[in-house]
Amino acid sequence: MLELLQQPWPWYIAGPMIGLIVPVLLLLGSKTFGVSSNLRHVCAACMPGKIEFFRYNWKEKGLWNLIFISGTVIGGFLAGWVFNNPEPIDLSQQTVKELQFLGISDFTGMMPNELFSWESLSTVNGLIVMVIGGFFVGFGARYAGGCTSGHAITGISNLQLASLLAVIGFFIGGLFITHVIFPLIL
Amino acid sequence: MLKNYLKYLLAGLFFGFVLVKSEVISWFRIQEMFRFDAFHMYGIIGSAIIVAMISIQLIKKWELKDSTGTPITIPPKDSSQVVRYLAGGTLFGIGWALTGACPGPLFTLAGAGYEIMIVPIVSAILGTWVYGLLRPRLPH
Repeated sequence: MLELLQQPWPWYIAGPMIGLIVPVLLLLGSKTFGVSSNLRHVCAACMPGKIEFFRYNWKEKGLWNLIFISGTVIGGFLAGWVFNNPEPIDLSQQTVKELQFLGISDFTGMMPNELFSWESLSTVNGLIVMVIGGFFVGFGARYAGGCTSGHAITGISNLQLASLLAVIGFFIGGLFITHVIFPLIL
Repeated sequence: MLKNYLKYLLAGLFFGFVLVKSEVISWFRIQEMFRFDAFHMYGIIGSAIIVAMISIQLIKKWELKDSTGTPITIPPKDSSQVVRYLAGGTLFGIGWALTGACPGPLFTLAGAGYEIMIVPIVSAILGTWVYGLLRPRLPH
């Protein structure tokens, strides 16, 4: 049992489990699965200012979702701390080779330490991946009206053309960074 | 009140646990995906979509009600706004590849002991706020 909780799970176990969250939230209380709305709820709760977009009853609309995301943090703690898998991720050798060529050497955790650490916050690349990257995640998700959970999973499974367009956008942006920007800056 | 929300806390806990065990929260896995070097991420997103799609069809077919007795409806997305989905999606994709994490994994990583992810989380909240500010002037 302990081993099962510690070792990584294959895609065909994890994927369907994630997919089940969609009907579970609908059945629990007609809630639509979508994580990035929480970023808007935080703005509405803490700093709405005079901005129309943040002037709504965030407790009524979003309290369940903020609690959901708190649960996600606890789940991360349990799976990534208490039942942590000590082995490095079994990555494609091609990806490892290409990233090593770009100067990435730390493959021990969930992300390379040379880019994601408090020390690297004072480097240009650290600022780009963490600060600018985070900004685009928030700005882009709201502009597109959803992120991976809201569009790629919920929207596409509900046959929404809008979500297909958004996911095409996700890949245009992601491929551009991976194949054009990373070779230039890393 | 607490009882009403405990179910969402547990659903979120389950989601976070799966995100870690499936390594979806890994920057490296996202790189692998955008380099088309492994099936892993496509398998996860693809099978999640299939399970969610079948579930939604059944919910609609059987006209199921939620736990409070309300008939379940899913608000549709407005697909006449082509610009916002493509432009917003592209900007989101830029952020996703840079941070190696979409919003769910950002929070999960913070819980898993990567406190540094508080930085992109705060940035993402700021990005959301700036979108709200510029919204009236952006094409949608």
